[in-house]
Amino acid sequence: MINNNLYDRYQRQVILKGFGEQGQQKLMQAKVLVIGAGGLGCPALQYLAAAGVGTIGIADDDTVSLSNLHRQVLFGSEDIRLLKVDVAASKLQLSNPEVNIHSYPVRLQNTNALKIIAEYDIVIDGTDNFASRYMINDACVLLGKPLIYAAVSQYEGQLAIFNVDTDHGRSVNYRDLFPEPPANNEILNCVEAGVLGVLPGVIGTMQAAEAIKLITGIGKPSINQLLTYNILSHEIYTVNLLALDAGSQTAPKDEAAFMAMNYPEFCHNEKDVISEIDAEAFHLLRRKPSAIVIDVREHGELPLITTIENVQMPLSSFQEHIPGITQQTIILFCQHGIRSLHAAEMLHDTFGNSKDIYSLKGGVVKWLDELGVPSIRQNRSFIQ
Amino acid sequence: MQIKILVFGQLTDIFNSREIRLGVPADTNNLQAELHTLYPELADKKYLIAVDKQTISSNTTLTEGCTVALLPPLSGG
Repeated sequence: MINNNLYDRYQRQVILKGFGEQGQQKLMQAKVLVIGAGGLGCPALQYLAAAGVGTIGIADDDTVSLSNLHRQVLFGSEDIRLLKVDVAASKLQLSNPEVNIHSYPVRLQNTNALKIIAEYDIVIDGTDNFASRYMINDACVLLGKPLIYAAVSQYEGQLAIFNVDTDHGRSVNYRDLFPEPPANNEILNCVEAGVLGVLPGVIGTMQAAEAIKLITGIGKPSINQLLTYNILSHEIYTVNLLALDAGSQTAPKDEAAFMAMNYPEFCHNEKDVISEIDAEAFHLLRRKPSAIVIDVREHGELPLITTIENVQMPLSSFQEHIPGITQQTIILFCQHGIRSLHAAEMLHDTFGNSKDIYSLKGGVVKWLDELGVPSIRQNRSFIQ
Repeated sequence: MQIKILVFGQLTDIFNSREIRLGVPADTNNLQAELHTLYPELADKKYLIAVDKQTISSNTTLTEGCTVALLPPLSGG
């Protein structure tokens, strides 16, 4: 039985037909993880805490910025530059001291997601990029956790519940909608495309509602259905989703495959996986015991770099050299930093994210220019 | 003899509309080929196809009066 104080707090929902004290007890025992404390995550968190969901996790590595405030109404001007999870946790705790809040000030990635998600009954995806969305989806599939997905852009929002068993075969997940991620820049994010501030408020609140329905067993949660809401017309278009073979083909089959996935690369965010470094980082990294410095220029190109230890693997035959590279840290350079970037992409195709790969930005020319080496400048005429 | 096509997300920028009507193509493969000719930009986009509010797992026959929805992924949060 719930004590009087709790009953008072939740009285308006406990008296609901079909909800009752039993529904409240289920909420108090439930554990919900909200990934991304942004436009979607904030309203979801606020209503989950207010409703009395017993344990709430918040994962986000970002800080509050001014441009967040038009839609992330949990935060105020005084919170700018503070960690979102810290501000959210303290405000939610004030809103309802009865719930347990766990903060994860980290970006959820395949390396840390399974451990965190395993602690929860339900996951709410409020992230803002495809790499995170595919990663969270795959983690939830592997762990068998219900996933309440939502995404917004401009005046439109999507909502669906994945990974909940029904009587009709395999549960649907995000990869059944989109087996392959869109090409880089095919879909603009909110920074580029804009979003009406109140829209994620509506959709994030719907995510909280779906979580409450799943936990308490009331109503018909949007399982295996994609709901699209247009805030300009108030139209809701609902589509029934089928599990597709193509969806399961692109997904990692087990935990080992999941851990080996490179989600930023899978989602074509090559800039995220190939680090272009400046001369300062170049010198720090090359001193690592496991490092190899590779010159990918062709034989005979000047200036020769003799002041630091390096090996030459010309880009024209680079593919042949790749199997022989055993070092963990690989630092590539060329004349202008273009061919080394190309070589870095070739290495990523082979090694995925199992090795640390760097390319010297601007190449030898920029590096030596910064050092002010006149004799090298004279050699420019020999440089292609 | 027409079908209705509902367009969502940033695909509306390609169609300049949220809804168009077309003569009835035989099936969804033919529809896609026709749309990619009419709207070449659509050809390299990822989107989900639903026929009468049901996603499809293979080429699906289209009939007069049916509604096809084209739903792209959204990423914002």
